[in-house]
Amino acid sequence: MTLMQKFLGAAAGLALTAGAAIAEPALIYDLGGKFDKSFNEAAFAGAQRWSEETGGTFREIEMQSEAQREQALRRFAESGANPVITTGFAFSSALEVVAPDYPDTTFVTIDGWVDAPNVKVIGFTEHEGSYLVGMMAAQASETGTVGFIGGMDIPLIRKFACGYAQGVKAVNPDATIIANMTGTTPAAWNDPVKGSELTKAQISQGADVVYAAAGGTGVGVLQTAADEGILSIGVDSNQNHLHPGKVLTSMLKRVDVAVYESMTAGEDLEGGVEVLNLANGGVGYAMDENNAELVTEQMQTEVDAAAASIAAGDIVVHDYASDDSCPALTF
Amino acid sequence: MDVMPKWAEVILVPLISLILAAIISALVILAIGEDPIAAVKLMVSGALGSTYGWGYTLYYATNFMFTGLAVAVAFHARLFNIGGEGQAALGGLGVALACLYIPWPHWSLALLGAIAMAALFGAFWAAIPAYLQARRGSHIVITTIMFNFIAASLLNYILVNVLRPTGSMDPATARFPEATQLPTLHELLAPIGISFSKAAPANITLLVAVLACVLVWALIWHTRLGYELRAYGHSQSAAKYAGISPFKITMITMIISGGLAGLMAINNVMGEAERLVLNAVEGAGFIGIAVALMGRSHPFGVFIAAILFGFLYQGGAELALWTSIPRELIVVIQALVILFTGALDNMVRMPLERMFLAVRRARSPKPERKPIEPAE
Repeated sequence: MTLMQKFLGAAAGLALTAGAAIAEPALIYDLGGKFDKSFNEAAFAGAQRWSEETGGTFREIEMQSEAQREQALRRFAESGANPVITTGFAFSSALEVVAPDYPDTTFVTIDGWVDAPNVKVIGFTEHEGSYLVGMMAAQASETGTVGFIGGMDIPLIRKFACGYAQGVKAVNPDATIIANMTGTTPAAWNDPVKGSELTKAQISQGADVVYAAAGGTGVGVLQTAADEGILSIGVDSNQNHLHPGKVLTSMLKRVDVAVYESMTAGEDLEGGVEVLNLANGGVGYAMDENNAELVTEQMQTEVDAAAASIAAGDIVVHDYASDDSCPALTF
Repeated sequence: MDVMPKWAEVILVPLISLILAAIISALVILAIGEDPIAAVKLMVSGALGSTYGWGYTLYYATNFMFTGLAVAVAFHARLFNIGGEGQAALGGLGVALACLYIPWPHWSLALLGAIAMAALFGAFWAAIPAYLQARRGSHIVITTIMFNFIAASLLNYILVNVLRPTGSMDPATARFPEATQLPTLHELLAPIGISFSKAAPANITLLVAVLACVLVWALIWHTRLGYELRAYGHSQSAAKYAGISPFKITMITMIISGGLAGLMAINNVMGEAERLVLNAVEGAGFIGIAVALMGRSHPFGVFIAAILFGFLYQGGAELALWTSIPRELIVVIQALVILFTGALDNMVRMPLERMFLAVRRARSPKPERKPIEPAE
């Protein structure tokens, strides 16, 4: 009996110390919503993978409005969550204020830019990934006209569009690229109806491949493209499965990897800047059984060759955000 | 004459409505397989269990006090102002302009300036529907709610194209300068030895809101204007016969109402965010209607109801954070409270009235009639 008591006591003690030692990571999704099938859902996928592999739990919350960002950050930091991971550029301003108040917590901003010792900035070279899917779009297009539908009109999304346009022009210098943005506010990340309308408008102008870089809005773009019988390109997550045989490919932005690695590092995560690019697998294009028939051998060889050249530095894709201009596309 | 004693009217009716709302909410929580008692415990500890929770509860309550007062004042003149959302948004614009473009030497002066600008912008936004109502007969319910949408679009445009600092991707203004930062409850309570959470956003605006409650009470019941306003509310034709100008009363009431809604911005824009973001009002304009209904359009009632809704807001946010109860369900709970205290008021009131009548009859078997004095 006494042995049993000791044993139980020890087990309880162990459980208590374990609970105290491991701080849960927290994940905050931005306005597109957790299940946007794209950017935020990629973050969720990474967190889930971490949770399944380690058996750990994490806290999460979806933003409902712009004004909640600071409160959500403070709540998680206050409750001892570490690291606190945020998705989307819009957290930058809130983090600038909150991060200095909680020096022992590490914050992660994906797509944002914050200069603070306890903030880890994770960026992606979306222009490189977009270049590859741009090449594929030009190869698959029969009309010589391809479309781009962005979410909110910000430099980040123009960076996608510019990389895409460069890829298209690399294959077919005479191609026409129609670029539209869904809106100028964060509501543009979750407006599938407008995405659908823009797709129809681009189809009427002759586009037969459209690339959506618009978060949840892209769901409407892909749906309409599939309904109207043209090809579409997904973004961030692998969206090929949404409409098998109708989605040419997806530009992968491995937000899931960023989240997974941040959660794996846990409390030991340090501030700093990390760029995930083509060379280290941070961006790329998706191939699976859903689009195998759409992508020919030749397309894949050419795109893989271009990917190797970009990774090696032989092809330099112009980054819109570097000088706010794009050689291949005017907005 | 009153069927119910005053205490039953102001305490019993809202209390029973609340209990009914709580019971149905508990059933809803049970139905999705969660534990309602644990949920209530979490809400209470999250909203009232720490100074951090109190800080947020009071912060939300401050917002609701202003918007609740705005609706209450208009109610007294039987004007239904549901444009609090837009008026508060415009108030935010006023505060942002005041804080960004005037170099204030000290927060106290900045506060006065921001109060003036917030009230001015909010009042302006309410004055247009008021004018249309008074001169053109356009119904104020329709116009004020439509002005909410116009305000949202206007702010969209201004934040994206005008006030957004260059190089910023986020549609929001720059941060307000240091000198305009309002003292939080943490700073206000520190000198008297109370340590209040530093992170919570409740600030000196709470005192402004309490002052506004007192001023509105004085205005409604202790001034000539308040009398005219109530008279107009009770009977427009009688008020007109008594020489009260409907145009003047409609305009003044709505200007006061809009100004009060606009004042909310000093709490959320100047006190909390310290910059103007999109959707800064977060539905407080609509909650104000529920607060005014529940508070029976009395400033003290509004004060109490605002704190209750502040609790629901903060407690609901905690629920969303720490349980798998979806955020939408929190809205359901809030809606139930609004439904029972506002819309289904008579459902509680009428049985209660009957009960009080029955009790009275039981006490005096023969209902005595007062002898009618012959009028000489």
